Amino acid sequence: MLKINELKASVEEAAILKGLNLTINPGEVHAIMGPNGSGKSTLASVLAGREEYEVEGGSVDFNGADLLDMDATERARAGLFLAFQYPVEIPGVSNINFMRAAVNGKREHEGLEPIKGKAFLDMVKKKAQLVELDGRLRNRSVNEGFSGGEKKRNEIFQMAMLEPELAILDETDSGLDIDALRIVSDGVNAMRSPERSFLVITHYQRLLEYIVPDFVHVLVDGRIVRSGGKELALELEEKGYDWIKEDIVA
Amino acid sequence: MAYDGKDKVLEEVTGKSYEFGFTTEIESDKAPAGLSEDIIRLISAKKEEPEWLLKWRLEAFAVWQTMEEPNWPHLNYEKPDYQAISYYAAPKQKKQLNSMDEVDPELRRTMDKLGISLEEQKRLSGVAVDFVMDSVSVATSFKDKLAELGIIFCSMSEAVKEHPELVRKHLGTVVPTRDNFFSALNSAVFTDGSFCYIPKGVRCPMELSTYFRINESGTGQFERTLVVADEASYVSYLEGCTAPQRDENQLHAAVVELVALDEAEIKYSTVQNWYPGDENGKGGVYNFVTKRGICHRRSKISWTQVETGSAVTWKYPSCILKGDHSVGEFYSVAVTNNAQQADTGTKMIHLGKNTHSTIISKGISAGNSHNSYRGLVQIMPSAANARNFSQCDSLLMTDTSGAHTFPYVEVKNPTAQVEHEATTSKIGEDQIFYCLQRGIDAEQAISLIVNGYAKEVLNQLPMEFAVEAQKLLSISLEGSVG
Repeated sequence: MLKINELKASVEEAAILKGLNLTINPGEVHAIMGPNGSGKSTLASVLAGREEYEVEGGSVDFNGADLLDMDATERARAGLFLAFQYPVEIPGVSNINFMRAAVNGKREHEGLEPIKGKAFLDMVKKKAQLVELDGRLRNRSVNEGFSGGEKKRNEIFQMAMLEPELAILDETDSGLDIDALRIVSDGVNAMRSPERSFLVITHYQRLLEYIVPDFVHVLVDGRIVRSGGKELALELEEKGYDWIKEDIVA
Repeated sequence: MAYDGKDKVLEEVTGKSYEFGFTTEIESDKAPAGLSEDIIRLISAKKEEPEWLLKWRLEAFAVWQTMEEPNWPHLNYEKPDYQAISYYAAPKQKKQLNSMDEVDPELRRTMDKLGISLEEQKRLSGVAVDFVMDSVSVATSFKDKLAELGIIFCSMSEAVKEHPELVRKHLGTVVPTRDNFFSALNSAVFTDGSFCYIPKGVRCPMELSTYFRINESGTGQFERTLVVADEASYVSYLEGCTAPQRDENQLHAAVVELVALDEAEIKYSTVQNWYPGDENGKGGVYNFVTKRGICHRRSKISWTQVETGSAVTWKYPSCILKGDHSVGEFYSVAVTNNAQQADTGTKMIHLGKNTHSTIISKGISAGNSHNSYRGLVQIMPSAANARNFSQCDSLLMTDTSGAHTFPYVEVKNPTAQVEHEATTSKIGEDQIFYCLQRGIDAEQAISLIVNGYAKEVLNQLPMEFAVEAQKLLSISLEGSVG
């Protein structure tokens, strides 16, 4: 599904990713952990195609296509979804209209007609149940006046609407209380399937108790320095990131 | 068509040019360039106007000659040579085209994007259409219905002839000729415009639009509009059109006067999409408009404008809240792109007790354009318990565009409540990226964000106008983010 090979990227001339390798197969859930500033969010932004990030080298293959050759819209339409760490507000644009534009963008890419009103509303109703997003939030402007938890639930709702092949969750757990964390995780887990892959970026092990990964990678200074199963997350939690850093130096 | 009688007129005009010693070649249907008492007499004579109106024009001309073109707007343009303009042109038919293939493809593309029907496109571009089936018959049936209710809706020329007492009573009462340089000029030389009267207690059952008068008069260079809503009546008036309007006249100086008598309500909506000129602003329309309404007791005037066209816009639709408990509203979206300049806003003059006003202004600047909000909220000593709320937002699409806000507040009564909020922001790259990441392309992303930003104002427009205005905003800003 996704094959990242020796990816190097910088932002404002500061090198952040320094040769990152990662392969994700269909149906797998990978977690990326790492200390602040290790390049976790940069990885998410580079994969999603944010222009401020300069790719200096390496390649990314997404289902046989050159991901780095596609613009952000094309990547999204090809099935790559990013749940943002800080979802932005778009005043005056209702969540529902926003999603209709997104769904129709994808359908256009697939050569389908725009979705019919009734079918769309049925879909909204069904997907909103996944993350308990009530009608009030669906009709409000995108993220405007939403609490932190509501914004994150809205991200997962959007993910459910767009049914991506690869979903990247960028610190989705940040700022969530335990109830919101459970709702969000349940939504993600409900979407797990043999065809869909997840890349879960997080600072804390806590999220991984709810979304149990198949693989855990530790990112330090722009490289993956260690990979393992879900038990690696627990080890990190116990020993802290310094343990890995010392380990690398040694 | 009834232009035969005009031939004689034309001969006179062209003949007169020699009489005055003009040597330049002129088009046969135009008055010689320049403005003088004789030209004004000529205009008045052509229109077979009563003596009082001629006198009124001449007084305006005398005043205008003592005035200077204002320098205070935040605008930079070459001042027109007023003696180089021809102030009277016989109504001439648009050049008729035989099919849509002859229409400028660029114009067609824009009209397609606006979702204008083919029939409508033909009408707008001057392609011959079957008039029996199209708007004229519709317009006629509307006119019959309006007449039943006693509503008068006709051209200003017709009103001067058919309803002189109404015109004479109200003309110039809201915008006095000496109000400003452009209103004085308009008063001296206006050639046509619209007149509308709603009788007491009548609620006009449809949106009145100049659209229905399209074959009676095109939009002129010096338009004069007068809307009178008698006691407890209601009217919604639409001006302009979302379709791109090209005009050979560079200078436009219109005057619009609204009179809302006791308990009446006037809703006046404008979509202005005059030719903005090329990327450097060359050739665009200069739009200097004076719009003002007077509100009597418990009446309401609501201005809504979507301004996307013209190279230079100078326009301040205002309300004089004379009557107690009267309400004034101003909702505006002004978009400037490339080299366009707009200096627009409103004046809310509170005279009556318990008068309320609301100002919502949304400026959008793209390219190298400059967009200014200029507004005055004046609470006079007599206006006890007056209230105003103003919100002026500016959205910048590029680093090379400018947004300026000039809010003036004068409060002369201690019981007044005046609130002002203002924001300036650059269109969020984060917002755009968020849309892109959801599979929405850049053009549509900007359209969504901008329309969301302007929603409060667009919501004030009548439904079908609002849909067109949304598309218009998107088209005006195509490829504008930098």
